[in-house]
Amino acid sequence: MRRIYLDHAATTPVDPAVVETMLPFFTEHFGNPSSVYTEGRGVKKSIEAARLQIAKAINADPREIYFTGSGSEADNWAIKGIAMKNQAKGKHIITTTIEHHAVLHTCEYLEKQGFEVTYLPVDENGLISLDDLRNAIRTDTILVTIMFANNEIGTVEPIKEIGEIVKEKGIIFHTDAVQALGNIPVDVKDLNVDLLSISAHKIYGPKGIGALFIRKGVPIDNLIHGGAQERKKRAGTENTAEIVAFGKAAEMATEQLEENAAHMKKLRDLLIKGVMDNIPQVRLNGHPEKRLPGNANFCFDYIEGESILLSLDIIGVAGSSGSACTSGSLDPSHVLLAIGLPAGVAHGSLRLTIGKHTTVEDINYVVDNLIQIIERLRKMSPINADCPIDDAVFDKAEHHHH
Amino acid sequence: MEYTDVVMENFTCPKHVGEIEGANGVGQVGSPACGDIMKIFLKINDDGIIEDASFKTFGCGAAVASSSMATDMIIGKSIEEAGKFKNSDVVDALGGLPAEKIHCSVLAAEAIQAAIEDYQKNKA
Repeated sequence: MRRIYLDHAATTPVDPAVVETMLPFFTEHFGNPSSVYTEGRGVKKSIEAARLQIAKAINADPREIYFTGSGSEADNWAIKGIAMKNQAKGKHIITTTIEHHAVLHTCEYLEKQGFEVTYLPVDENGLISLDDLRNAIRTDTILVTIMFANNEIGTVEPIKEIGEIVKEKGIIFHTDAVQALGNIPVDVKDLNVDLLSISAHKIYGPKGIGALFIRKGVPIDNLIHGGAQERKKRAGTENTAEIVAFGKAAEMATEQLEENAAHMKKLRDLLIKGVMDNIPQVRLNGHPEKRLPGNANFCFDYIEGESILLSLDIIGVAGSSGSACTSGSLDPSHVLLAIGLPAGVAHGSLRLTIGKHTTVEDINYVVDNLIQIIERLRKMSPINADCPIDDAVFDKAEHHHH
Repeated sequence: MEYTDVVMENFTCPKHVGEIEGANGVGQVGSPACGDIMKIFLKINDDGIIEDASFKTFGCGAAVASSSMATDMIIGKSIEEAGKFKNSDVVDALGGLPAEKIHCSVLAAEAIQAAIEDYQKNKA
């Protein structure tokens, strides 16, 4: 059966051109870049070429690019590294309630270490308020970390404006741009950011490789201690094959940015219109305009997300949900709760994220089938407009043992 | 997370979906906040035998499959027998459930007990 992959925010297939670039580095060019002999020196050059490709993709200097093992490591490094290095100046950090767990859980960890964290709320579209940010800044604030674009609802935050406010106060500014790269322009000079996290597997590169942009002169502690790799800032023998792959993927993403974004946006709007026009009792999550070109996120009343995902999977479609049942926890997505959705509604969410290979036929197939799936599941549901949820009925629900 | 073939069959083609006309025992448990609600309808005859059972469920694949299997298993049983029905009976019949989905089977067993209680209350 034909498969339609609509979970590009989770990960993307590695582009064949990227695979071709990386393969010789497993065999022929296997040398350790730290070695002085020919095998080592050649590989070192390839790494530096990849660093330049990444730097160009975000308008940075190559000396400001540090490779990491993932986007999560880049987030961890940025936040813990700034916190540890600058704690004499203050122990206050500002972030938002809708960050990726790599940021949220790192901040929670730092709270246990005696740091104070302010979690800025978002409005119903997932945007933070610049006034809230201004009011949250204190004399002991050392770091502001706010994501560029949200992975679940696709909302794009006003990073440039945030950067201006933060810069004026002389505070360090980090943004998690893992979802932004390859989808919207990312320019570290224009955005006034000091640190920026990116990851290869979201832009048709391999998993297991990320990077942190650290603006020249920003005081930061190391996270991974050991050898002198990455100009003594990130130890560990370089993941050569994946570094060159990331470089190639970043170069392609930059070259194809306008074309890919226009293509995804067209299909996204077709998908959103198809769903909103044909399915009753549905809401679009995230900002209507300020959103990633490939992101569509819906909540369908009266039904649960995992059953939608299973139904889609059976007909060949891969999507994701913020339902608790898909996360292994009992709570639905923290992002959907942060935009004000009741838990019962948040359980009925469906995220479909479009990629550069998605076609109009794919979208039409998904919309046609989704109409039937939602109808079928709603017929099975004990709740509907005439029979709303009555919390009193559920007092004896002890099956979860919270 | 892996579902057995039996779970998937019961999710894709669930048995006994909907409301039974003339149901004389109805039980609803769960909460939308937890992500699952199960409503069980029973038609119990004068001899205390469950003649028919059906369900309506808001929930994940495991919740739907548990509802389908549980209703199927209690049809034809006396309310005494159904009263002893345990969640592990559903889990076994489904060929197992992932650990984080066991609560779905608990919900099915609770919904059946709630429906039987409702029947007894109506009768009294």
